[in-house]
This record gives sequence, C-alpha cells and structure tokens, in this order.
Amino acid sequence: MERPRKVLLVGSGAIKIAEAAEFDYSGSQALKALREEGIETVLVNPNVATVQTGYEMADKIYMLPVSADSVEKVVERERPDAIMIGFGGQSALNVGVDLSSNGSLERCGVRLLGTPIRGIEKALSREKFKEEMERIGIDTPPSMVANSKEEAISHAAELDYPIILRVSFNLGGRGSIIANSPEELEAGLDKAFAQSRTGEILMEKHLKGWKEIEYEVVRDSYGNCVVTACIENLDPMGVHTGESVAVTPAQTLDNHEYQLMRSTAIRVAEAIELVGECNVQFALDPKSYKFYVIETNPRMSRSSALASKATGYPLAYVSAKLALGYKIYDVKNTVSKATTACFEPSLDYITIKMPRWDLDKFEGVNESLGTEMKSIGEVMGIGRSFEEAMQKAARMLEIGEPGIVGGYIYNSEMSLEAAEEALKKRRPYWFLYAAKAFKEGGTVEHLNKITGVAPFFLEKIKDLVSFYERIDKNGMDRKDEETARKLGFSGKQLGRKVQAPFVKQMDTLAGEWPAKANYLYMTQNASEDDLTGEEAKNGLLVLGAGCFRIGTSVEFDWSAISLVRSAGKTYDVTLANCNPETVSTDWDVVDRLYFEELNSESIINICMKSGIRKVALFAAGQTGNNIAMELESSGVEIFGSGARKIESAENRESFSRLCERLEIKQPEWANAGSAIEAKRFADSYGFPILVRPSFVLSGSAMKIAWNIDELTNYIEKAARISGKHPVVVSRYIDDAIEADLDCAADSNSIIGVAMEHVEEAGVHSGDATLLYPAENLPKEKMKEAALRLVGEMGIRGPFNIQFVIDRNEPLVIELNMRASRSMPFASKSTGINLIKYAFDGIEGRYGWSGFNEPKGRAHSVKSAQFSWSQLRGAYPSLGPEMRSTGEVASFGKNANDALLKSWLSVAPNRLPRSKILIYGSSDTAALKRAAEKLRGFDLCTLEGASVDNLHSISLDEAVHMLKGGKIDLVVTNGNMMEKDYAIRRTAADINLPMILNGRLADRVLGAFSEKKLTYLELSEYLAGYE
Amino acid sequence: MIICRRLGFLPTRMHIASYVVDMKDEAWLYLEDGTSVKGSSFGSRTKRGGEIVFTTAMNGYPESLTDPSYKGQILVITHPLVGNYGIPKSIADKGILENFESEGIKAEGLVVSEVTVGSKWNSNTSLGRWMEDSDVPGISGVDTRALTKKIRERGVMNGIISPREYNAAEDLKEDYGGINFVEKVSVKEPVVYEGGGRGRVVVVDLGIKHGILNEVRRRGYDIVRVPYDSNAEKIMSYEPSGILYSNGPGNPNLLSEQVIELKKLMEHNVPILGICLGQQLVTLALGGRVRKMAFGHRAVNKAVVNHIDGRAYITTHNHGYASYAEDLPDGVERWFSSPDDGVVEGVRCNNIITTQFHPESRPGANDTGFVFDAFARMIKNGKA
Repeated sequence: MERPRKVLLVGSGAIKIAEAAEFDYSGSQALKALREEGIETVLVNPNVATVQTGYEMADKIYMLPVSADSVEKVVERERPDAIMIGFGGQSALNVGVDLSSNGSLERCGVRLLGTPIRGIEKALSREKFKEEMERIGIDTPPSMVANSKEEAISHAAELDYPIILRVSFNLGGRGSIIANSPEELEAGLDKAFAQSRTGEILMEKHLKGWKEIEYEVVRDSYGNCVVTACIENLDPMGVHTGESVAVTPAQTLDNHEYQLMRSTAIRVAEAIELVGECNVQFALDPKSYKFYVIETNPRMSRSSALASKATGYPLAYVSAKLALGYKIYDVKNTVSKATTACFEPSLDYITIKMPRWDLDKFEGVNESLGTEMKSIGEVMGIGRSFEEAMQKAARMLEIGEPGIVGGYIYNSEMSLEAAEEALKKRRPYWFLYAAKAFKEGGTVEHLNKITGVAPFFLEKIKDLVSFYERIDKNGMDRKDEETARKLGFSGKQLGRKVQAPFVKQMDTLAGEWPAKANYLYMTQNASEDDLTGEEAKNGLLVLGAGCFRIGTSVEFDWSAISLVRSAGKTYDVTLANCNPETVSTDWDVVDRLYFEELNSESIINICMKSGIRKVALFAAGQTGNNIAMELESSGVEIFGSGARKIESAENRESFSRLCERLEIKQPEWANAGSAIEAKRFADSYGFPILVRPSFVLSGSAMKIAWNIDELTNYIEKAARISGKHPVVVSRYIDDAIEADLDCAADSNSIIGVAMEHVEEAGVHSGDATLLYPAENLPKEKMKEAALRLVGEMGIRGPFNIQFVIDRNEPLVIELNMRASRSMPFASKSTGINLIKYAFDGIEGRYGWSGFNEPKGRAHSVKSAQFSWSQLRGAYPSLGPEMRSTGEVASFGKNANDALLKSWLSVAPNRLPRSKILIYGSSDTAALKRAAEKLRGFDLCTLEGASVDNLHSISLDEAVHMLKGGKIDLVVTNGNMMEKDYAIRRTAADINLPMILNGRLADRVLGAFSEKKLTYLELSEYLAGYE
Repeated sequence: MIICRRLGFLPTRMHIASYVVDMKDEAWLYLEDGTSVKGSSFGSRTKRGGEIVFTTAMNGYPESLTDPSYKGQILVITHPLVGNYGIPKSIADKGILENFESEGIKAEGLVVSEVTVGSKWNSNTSLGRWMEDSDVPGISGVDTRALTKKIRERGVMNGIISPREYNAAEDLKEDYGGINFVEKVSVKEPVVYEGGGRGRVVVVDLGIKHGILNEVRRRGYDIVRVPYDSNAEKIMSYEPSGILYSNGPGNPNLLSEQVIELKKLMEHNVPILGICLGQQLVTLALGGRVRKMAFGHRAVNKAVVNHIDGRAYITTHNHGYASYAEDLPDGVERWFSSPDDGVVEGVRCNNIITTQFHPESRPGANDTGFVFDAFARMIKNGKA
C-alpha cells in the first residue's frame, strides 16, 4: 500500500461520560506512530486540555467542533491524502461515516485508513450486524427491530420480558433501557426513539445474570489476527461495561470456552474487514457453554485503552501502523523490544479496573447502575492476587475507603438487609456492600443470586472479610501480617508499618523472554524485585492525578506530560499514576512508569525502591497537595513549593490572614468552626454566604447558603469533609465578574495569564466559560496582588489565583499552589507552556523581574462540557459545585467567532433552526437582553418564569413541544428545580442544547449573528489574524 | 519473613511463603542450582522430582497437566491464580478424550503462586483434590515470575517438590535427560479407534495428546495408535494411508532407533505428519539437526509465519529443542518459522509435513486446524 504523505486524524472532542481521556491516549499513540514514519499529521480536536493538541504530537492543530461540517472544511483546506477516524471514539467514527456517505472524501481524494466504511457500517447498525452474524453462523441474542412504538409493543409480546432497548450509533449505552414489564417498556420508548440517529431501536431479550466478556482483536490488512486481551466483567450483563468492575485476564473461563469465543471474535473481525483494532463483546451463560455475540466497536475504545494498560500491548500504536499497511509481525513489540507485535500477551499478574462515580454532585440523579454509563473515571489495581488487585483499586478511587474491608461502609451500622438492598439496587461500589453483607452474615449463594457476580469472586471477598474479622478480633501474629500484605492490606489499613512490596515488570510475556520493560507495579506476592534497586541518578518522581473525577481530568494529565517533557532533559524521570485512560500511563512517555497508588505510603515505597528523593506533586492536582505534608515529613523533597507553603495556601484561615497582613483585598470572611460562629458572620453581613472547607478540589462541599438552615447544614457537612482543617465562610458577592489568573513563579517573578469568566461568580470556575483575552478585568491590580503573594509565600512552580471583581476591585478568593484546570487553556491561548515555565522557575531564576504577561494575539474561549443526558434523573443547573465533565476551546478572529465555535464544540450544541424556549428565575434581565439580540428566531417563554414580551406557554405545553421536536434550544438561568425539572430533564433526555446561565445566553445568542466563522489552524490564530 | 536456604554458598533472595500456618501444609521446592523455596503444599504430600519447566498459558491447566509431553517434568504456571474453574469430569467419545489430553496427570508436580478452590457449572472436583487423588504434589505461595526468570536463564534444570525440608543435593543429581520418558507414556499395545472409514492413519505414540487423535478422527479416519518402538515393518503392516508422529516428552536425540525406522518408512511414500517431537524426529531422519534452545518456547501465545503465503498464526508451543533454517538439509522447505527468533516451526518435503507447534492446541488458539486438513489432502491426493 502506498504510504500517505499527510494524514488527518479526527479527535473525540470534549470529555463526557463514556468518551474520556482514553481517546487522548489512543490519538496520541496514533500520531506518534505516524510521525515516526515521517508523515505530516493534521489533528481536528477542540479538547484544549489534551496532550494530543500540542505541536509535540501533531504538525497542525485545528481546534474545531468534531463534526462533519468542520472536518470537511479542514479537509478542503489541508488536502490530506488520508484520514483516520478510529482514534477519536464514536464521535470521530460518526464524522467519518458522514463524510464518506456525503461523498466529501471521494471528492477531495482522501483515502480512509483502517477499517473500510462498509465494515464500520456493518458494526454500527445493529440490524446489519445481526444480519451479518446470521450469515456467517454466529449467534446473537434473540432480537427484533422496531421503527415505531406500536411495532415495539407487538415485538415485546413475542420476545418476552425482560427486554433491553438499544439505540443504533449509541455511545456509552445511551438510550439502552431494560423493561421488565409493558409499563416500563412504554415509559422507555420515547427516550429511545428520541436518541436514535437512525429512527430505529433494537429490542433484545435481556440476558439477566449472564457473564459479560470482552475480547480485543487486532487484524492487519492481510488478514493476520491476534487477540490481545480478554476482559471479564465482574458485573453481569445488564450493567454497562463502563460501569463494571473488570478483571484482566479473564479468571473464570476454561480453555474450551475461552478459545471458542476467541475464534468467534476473530470471525467477527473478519466479517467487518477490520484493519486495526476492535473489541467484541460476548454474553456467556454461567451454566453452560452457550454464548452470544453482543456487539463490536471497530475502533479504539475505553476497553482497548484498558487492555493496552493491562497487558502492555500498545493497541493504538499498532493499529495505526496496521492502517498504514504494515503486517502485524513487521511491527515490533515495543515493550519487550526483542519480539514482534504478532503475539497474544501473557500476564503473570492480575489487573482490576474499577469505575468512579460522582453521583452525589447531581441533584435528582438515579443512583442505580444499569445499561447506561454514569461513571466519570476509572482506576486499575495491579497485583499478584485477586484480593491485592481489588484492594489497591479500591484505594486508588480516593473515595475515602482504605480497601475492600475496614472502611466507612464496612464499619457503619448498616444491616445485612440494607447492604443486600444496596446490592439489589446496584448502587455504585457494590464490592463495599458485598463485604459489608458478608460481615453481617450474608452468603455467597444469596449474593450471587442478587448481584449476578460469579461465586468465584464472591468467595474471594468473603474470605477477605473472614480474615479481616479474625485479625480485627484477635490481633495479628507475624504470619497473619504476611498474609494481610499478600491480601493487599496497606499499612494504613492495618494501622502499622509493613514491609515494602516488591517491584515487578509488566513485560507482556510473563517473563518467558528477557525484556527491558520500564512498565512497573508493586506486589506483596513476590520474593524478589525485577529491577535491582540501583539508585536512579538525579531521579525525579512525577505524580499523575490518578482517578478522574469531577474537577480532575485530562488537564492534569497534560500538566504531568508537560512536566515530564521539561524535566526529562535534566532528570531521570519516573512517573506514578493509576489511571488507565491517560497518556501519562503510557510507558513510552517516561523513563520509568509505576502503575501504582498515589497515597503517601505507596509513593514513599516507590521512592525507596528506586532511590528517588524528589517528588513533583503539582501535576497531580489536589491528590498531590493532600499528601505533601506526609511525604515531606518522611524525608522526601517536594519539587517546587514545599509542604508548608502548600499548607499555608490550602488552609483557608491562614491564607485569609496572610492576605489581610499583605493588605490584599478579599471578600469579608470568618473562620467558622461551628454553626454559631457562622451565624454571627451572617448577622453582620447578611445572606448569601459562601461556605468553603479546606483541601478540596472542584468545590466539593463548597456551597452558597441563602438562609440560616442551609448555613447550619452546610457548615456541618463542610466540617466533616474538611476534617481537621478549618472551614471558612465569606460574603458572597452577587452578580460579580470572576477571573482566573494562571501563573508560574520562581519565588519572585511571575509569568501569568488572566482569563475572564462569562458567567458571574457563583458558577464554579470549572463550569464557567473562559474568555481570553480578558475584557473587563483590573489586570494591573490582579498582577500586583499575585506578585505580593509570590514574594511573601516564596512560591516556586505553578499556581492559580481566583478573583472576584467587586466594583473594579479584584478580591482574592483562593490560591491553589499547583497546576490548575485552566492551565492548558491559558498556555495554548498564548502559545506558551506554563508548566515548562513552572519547571524553569523551580530550577532557576527567570530572566525578568515582576509580572511577565505573554502577549497573545488570538481570541480564545473555553467552554464546559456537561453530561446531563447520561446522568439520568439529574437536574441540569449551574452553581458553586462543579458538574461539568470536560471542556473544549476554540480560537477566533474576535471573541464572538471564538465563542460560537467553542459553544458549538460542546455536545449536543448546534445552531437552532426553529423555536427557542427562553425563561428564567427571578432575574431575567440578561435573558431579556439575549432575547432582544435574536432576529429571525421563533421565541417563546414559560408561564410563571417568563421573559417579558414573549409568547408564554405552559409547562405541559413546553414538555410536549420538546418531546415532539418542536423546540431546538432551551435557554434559562438559576435553579428552580421544583418548577422546571420536567423541562430541563426532558431536554437532557432527548439530547437538546441548553444554556443554563443568563450572561452566557447573552453572549452566545449574540454570537449567533456572527456572519463569518473562521476555520484556521492554531498557529495562524496565535500569529495574529489579519 | 521466612529465610530460605541455598544449598551452595551464595545467599539467595528467593523467599516464599504461604497463607497457611499449619506446619503440615508446608512444602519445599529445591532446584539444581541450589535454590530452595518454601511454600504451601497442595495436592499430594509426596516427594517428586523432575525437570522444572514453565508455561505462560493463562488457563487450560487440566489440559496442560494431562499432556504427556510434561512427563518427567515439574510444571510452573506463571499466571498467579490456578484452579479457578475446578476440574471437569472427563468426557470421552469412543475412547478419545474430549477435555483432557490423556487419562491422568502426567506432570510430576505443579508450582503456582496461588491455588484456588474453583467453581463452575461443570466442575467435578478441585485442582488440589484431583492432584491429591492422582498422587501428584503441588506447591503454592511461590514467586513464579522469579522462578521463571531463573529457569529461563539457566535452561532446564532439575527440581524436587518435597513435603519436608531436607538436603536434596543428591536427589537433584538425577539425569532426567537420560531417561526415556517416551517409553513411560506410550501405549504398550496398539489401540484402534474407529473413525469414518475414510482411510487408516497409524499414529506413532510418543506421548500423544488426545487433542491430536480427535483432530484426525474428526476428519473421517480410523486410527491405529501404536507403541513408540514399533518398527517400520509393523507400521506398514496396517497398510496406513497416512502416518502421524506425535508430540512427546524429552530429548529427541535419545530416539535414534525411531529415527532409523522413520527413515525406512519414508521410502514407502506414505504421507507423514509430524508434530512437535514428531517434527524433530522427521528432521533428524531427513538428515537435519535439532538443537537445544537458549530460551525454549513454553506458551500458547506465539506467532508462526507461513513462508508460502506470509500469513501469521497464533499457536501453542512447548519445546526446548528446535531447528533453525541452517539445520535443515537441502530439499527440505521451511513451512513455518517464528518471527521472534527464527526457529523452524514447520517443514515440508515431498509428502511429509511437520509442525513444531501444536496445531491441535489444547490449551491454546484454534487457528491452525488447517494443518490436519493439509494432512488429509495429502492422504487423498497422495501429495502435499
């Protein structure tokens, strides 16, 4: 095959539930594979926080919506000779299908690399897939296609309940609903039809309690196939695979069924003419050898990222090479460096993936796990026993649990019935309830019945509980301690210091051949280290941010990678992280990678084992700052601002006192250890009042109290989260502008970027729309405050200050002595890298004094991506608690150009064609301004929350019109859940764009009239658009 | 921490222990290089010696343990959990086993990190109980990765599993390389399996896996399974339409008489299929060389590339001896080889085909059944 000269790669856009950083990882690997070949790469991806949207990865970067329309514009402009659509999730695949079917690719002479469109279409349309499977004699679950409600109801009678409803072209199982009865079916049909791109839904017999197994198949264009991983979900069919605890390699399959399904997976790959990688999902009867093929994804996916990290086999890299026409055995095994990529990894360890949910941040959300994905992040625990991998993973989640046993739920007053009820309802983190149930006398047989988890795994959890109960009662002798270590108990969990674990390589070959693998983990089930403890010369350990959660996402991975790149020139860099989705857990990017827990015990062990004395925490977000003190007191040197400095910024009280001393303005505040103190404050300043605990990220438990009851309630909650750290209350400044100042310092001088929020203070900064350059900020005063703080605190490295602007006076809200969420945006908007400057500032002195503000010429806007539609039941609204799951940015010739493209880059936003519903709570002035800017749109408003001079409709009418597709956009503000829950929820369920803030509405609706949007390459904007 | 003793003078860092306190559950693994490992006993509490070898297969332990090629060997499984789905009842179809490779455990012992009590719908007994009933010892709580690396570096060496701590130095001197294990696993008398009457394949049993018998009969042939030391005349007396030389344990260079008989058979122009040890005998009979490898192939995840069409396949390997391209005599064509180290994984010559890998897999991928089809085609057409 002729090698292309220039390839366009489509990214996945913003992080949303079911499309996360795994696509940054796979896209980055693909770009690397192309660059190695000397092929010029063009990337379309508006996700500003990613690693791939940097010139270290791609030659040309277009920060535009991942839509057929904008990709087509780039194709026309760049004239690449080929395109890759398999590395940007379902979003990129859909774009590729659209561009192929509308003839654009052919017209522009662009070749599609990888799996051909006809193969992709066979995989994506459930009907075509089923037909194809039938043709080649592979069983799929009994199912029927319905094109209307009536048809669906008659099919249901034939299939018999329970039935699962699926939507073609779906993502994260969206629109998949289980109906146990005709009533439930009827309720689910509207939503399923609304979300179907093709207008059809698939009805399947629901395989309750069957095992869910996933294979990862790699195939080259010559038909050579390898199956690189088999992932076994602990949760049975019916729980979305993204919501499942999953073990790799599969643990309960015998050779016969393993090979039968493996061979079938290969036949599926052949049927879709796969070139590259796909996953194939199976349902396996736990009581026979019967199995069905459920589906295949002909692209890199979440599971392929997981499989890559679990096995060490770089699926995306290999796929990209195969798409260029290589044979599998012509690609090297980059882990072993001795063998080829034509093999199937053998693991001499066990990995367990656990999802993380943040459902408690969402009002009204349905907390039962099902066929739709709701989890926000994941971790992977690695060990040489099942228990060890499980307990490590549970700790990696950072949900406050010390392992599977002995934590908050385990020691609670919960009864056996309550624990079993939680299991029946499929509450998140079922393994904690399972342990609790065993502690309270539950049986494996019964738990298997209510959870569908295989007895083998339940027995393991039960044994763990029995062991823990015994040592809890009788204490431990030396033998018990050793057993405890092997079962994955941490020193903290046991309340004593335990012997450090051993370091093992993950080499893909289970030790069969010598390998130079730098991919490492630690285990207590061993007797020797793979790597002899040679002192790392000039070693630096960089911490990644661990599990993604609301507020901690790919932007911290960008920071970690930026730091690794800067430090790599001076230091021997080791990285520790436990998130399988990320670029930073690609062993290829660092000298040494520990896939490990990020708590102080584990980090100290890594330092000890590899002779590292310096640890960089700031790219790990709050996870890093929270362990600074413990690390420093055990003799580890913190790279950059030390633990005491971090503490002085994190501790809200001491920081506020510092500001007072430096005469830096801040909102009136008081220490509020108790409700009485808070009340006293309220008496002086009135409501609303902001309640803020210390040492938390993303506004966890940060609340605005509007009355005394809320205040008391929030103070109590904050005190619990904050622990021994102080809680501070401060005056909430209504309707003020908020600003972020992202900086790096050398303890004296600063380089920094100011960004203005579109939404008023009170909307969490992570959910806010950010403008660069700032339009209305008293920047000189902000810089002055920053310089004073840096001088006083001696900050070295990255930090961020949040301001609220009160009558042109910047008031400091907080200072975060670490990388911030907005740093990739600040950096890319100005064409610099703040983390690189942070590194330089730690290592030496800047060549300037004072505040260096890089002169950016571009206009750029960052928008937040929400995942309302996936979070079934959740009430969409903005507030001081962060709720967005990702972000995008676009650049423009002016603010409106950038803003509109940025807004359009967020799913499901699109320009309205017909009616807009616009209504609001008490203050509708901004909405009114917005409405007045719109010409040529049909507007209506809501009775009882109306915007003046518009036609009013009732709530029922509004919901009816939404469901009937008569409304294109919902614009509102505030929080009036009791009044408009049905509207916002319906809009979310049918995937309709919503604007939930008045000021944002004013800006976005104003930008709708922008006549000419620009579609330029990033560097062109940065150079100044003429 | 339990301190372990090395029989020589160097201290070893190999330290292993088990979850269980009871002294009578202890077991020791002694290796020829002086390593001693303390672990937990499972299966039978007997003392047993053999060459220590490993497999990186992640499941399929019932098949591996009953594979006659492991006769005389102690098997180390690198995947840490073994036993998860128990042991099924053996199922036979007219004398050929469907889910085991022979009638009982052939390995001398088993070394694992953790032995589990499995559960599965078709599980009949646990791995530990099965080994106990079969009088085969096991040791768990072992850092199997550390052990594998040692075996990999040292090559095959002797090992002993013992229920008691003792000085194993004398026992470890046993020369397993000189023992004819083929004799121990081959049938003593010919056994006939009725097939579809399409023809008769004589299988020379060097320690055959039932997976191979199954593949041959599935293609419609009657089988006569003959003892390994049957001479050419005896074999030809069955009027075979094809002859199969099976896999088996041990050193091919000990089987010089079989090589001579094989040479005689080749003159009769009957299609021949050699598998694993069978390939090695064929290579020797054709005048080639077979060498001991630096790193043996002990896995079910390995690729072979077909030299004729460039296609690659994932295959099951279990061999410590092999030939390289330069070991093959003129006129013998390389059919398959390993892209990793160039080992000859299959040869063709007139109406003889062989594979070094196991086309019947068990355990392993079912991707290479076409080797048996090729054999069947040769039988039908009289040539490859």
